[in-house]
Amino acid sequence: MQNLIDFFSFSDPNVRYVVLGTILLSSSAAMVGAFILLQKKALVGDAVAHSVLPGICAAFLFSGSKNIVLMLAGAFVSGWLSLVAIDYITAKSKIKKDAAIGLVLAVFFGVGMVMMTFIQQTGNAAQSGLDHFIFGKAAALVGDDLLIFSILAAVILITVGLFFKAFTLVAFDKNYAQALGYPVRRLDLLLTSLTVLAVVTGITAVGVVLMAAMLITPAAAARYWTNRIRHMVGIAVAFGAFAGLAGAYISYVAPSMPTGPWMVVVSTAIAFFSFFFAPKKGIFPRMYTQYKNQWIIAEENTLKIFYHLGERNSHFNGMRGLNELTSTREMERATLKATLRRLATKELLVTRNNQWGLTDKGYQQAARVVRLHRMWELYLTKYMDIPADHVHDDAETIEHILTPELERELEHQLDYPDKDPHNTKIPK
Amino acid sequence: MIIHAKEPVLEVHDLTVSYSRKPVLWGIDFTLPSGCIAGVVGPNGAGKSTLLKTIMGLIPPSSGYVKLFGHPLEEVRHRVSYVPQRESVDWDFPVSVLDVVLMGRYGKMGLLRNPDRQDKAMAMDCLDKMGMSAFAKRQISQLSGGQQQRVFLARALAQEADIYFMDEPFAGVDAATEQAIITLLRDMAAANKTIIVVHHDLQSARDYFDWIILLNMRLVAGGPTGEVFTDEMIQQAYGGRLNLLAQVGDMMEKRAFPTREP
Repeated sequence: MQNLIDFFSFSDPNVRYVVLGTILLSSSAAMVGAFILLQKKALVGDAVAHSVLPGICAAFLFSGSKNIVLMLAGAFVSGWLSLVAIDYITAKSKIKKDAAIGLVLAVFFGVGMVMMTFIQQTGNAAQSGLDHFIFGKAAALVGDDLLIFSILAAVILITVGLFFKAFTLVAFDKNYAQALGYPVRRLDLLLTSLTVLAVVTGITAVGVVLMAAMLITPAAAARYWTNRIRHMVGIAVAFGAFAGLAGAYISYVAPSMPTGPWMVVVSTAIAFFSFFFAPKKGIFPRMYTQYKNQWIIAEENTLKIFYHLGERNSHFNGMRGLNELTSTREMERATLKATLRRLATKELLVTRNNQWGLTDKGYQQAARVVRLHRMWELYLTKYMDIPADHVHDDAETIEHILTPELERELEHQLDYPDKDPHNTKIPK
Repeated sequence: MIIHAKEPVLEVHDLTVSYSRKPVLWGIDFTLPSGCIAGVVGPNGAGKSTLLKTIMGLIPPSSGYVKLFGHPLEEVRHRVSYVPQRESVDWDFPVSVLDVVLMGRYGKMGLLRNPDRQDKAMAMDCLDKMGMSAFAKRQISQLSGGQQQRVFLARALAQEADIYFMDEPFAGVDAATEQAIITLLRDMAAANKTIIVVHHDLQSARDYFDWIILLNMRLVAGGPTGEVFTDEMIQQAYGGRLNLLAQVGDMMEKRAFPTREP
């Protein structure tokens, strides 16, 4: 608890720096990531992230010290080279894009690891801490370094903001953008550069291995919550920022914990939560809707049983026992009982000594379902020329879906009919 | 068989187009008059969409040139509108119907300016013309095929162009939409706009178009429908007599031959 208070009071200047740094880098990565995701280039982000490692090592070998500007420049160049390599291989050989990405990623990262091992064995004292670039260490985000990273992140945020409209257009319909005279090639180049820049910004705090996750995961999670691109990018940035903050906090509480993996764990948790629980698109809300539909179908079918039984002797309000109810329509007893109870609480049925009967409201509902069923049968025979003995099953489903508007339209088209194709009366 | 227009708004001159060295269009040459509805008709794989894409500068030709209103495309882009095939985009993209139609204004806006109230009013107007204004706020994944096509046409209208290139606007749309589209095209032609439509239904082509470009890798016929859309010409375009052309194309791809001598 004391930790939490210490952390969020931001009284420790180091904490302030680290928090500011991680939030900036993760939100700018999420913003670029949203467009990479929409352009279906998520794998490219992964390739770039891994491919910056040889650049970092080369810069170190060149200068013999951990000069941050040189290392960023090295990272940027090798990230760029990897993308050029992917494009070249795809264009000039029979190798497809996914294979080219895998190839380039592995080769660049492998070369980077070899160079890093070589550096570590030279015994150069300045090399200690170089391996932080693999998994990241937020504590390294201090002083001048932080300033550089903040500027880079700000550049990314502002550039994406400025070209928001153009990036959206290119992601949605590239041919049309080109036909309008938009510089599609240069815009692609710009987005690619921003991707490399976002990766480079993240390498100290998150590390090269996991930076791809900070690009893609927040955007993928955000897609579950909205259908508007502006909201989606906003939500992605918020998710990214939260993951950054959480990662910084965890590595503050447990200093031996690397920041990058924790940021990734947090943003993955957000993505999983979105995947399962986001309204409408999440798995559980969708299951719930289906479940509710099952309930509605069972309820309406039960009401229909009462109506059909009533039709036999024109006595719709009679009380019926379970045996009588199951005699007209096969229904599991447990389901039937539960449905009867629900209908009773909705005051569509009354119950007395284990017998049930329709209320006035219940009768109207039952009549409506039967009416829709018979009108739909009539519609199918009349307009689609389906024989009368083939229309029942179809109507069984449709009767539960038709809205009052469609009902009126149906009535109108059928000219307010009295009898269905089986010559049974259609209730009013 | 070519009949040229007297004062052409579109001139396609000796256009050859190749995909990775394999020519798919050979020496296409035709002109179109202003205010006509022209149908580009031909069998599958005839290169109809390729022709449109090349005219729009999306595919570089191996030889030949295209002139619109007597100028290269670059100089008159603001007068030209393109409707890509409906299936060419991801309809699950997180934008609304109005957002898509507003894209029609992007060319006039330039790279950095954002749509203002006037652009929005204009876009709503175009949606209204396509009978889609009630759907403005809808996310595009909730549209039927016919509605998607109407949105694409509304976007093209929002460009306020003088010449329109439409790739298969009648493909996979309901009868009501087809009727709405042809009515729109006739209104546009009456306002002296020129419309070029890729189409593959021979039956309706005769009714819809007053100018026909009959294509099968080469130009079979081009001119006013009544004069060039004859059974003989259709037979030439559809009766696989062009096997040799395709074979030579395949060979050029395999042996990495240039389309034109360097």
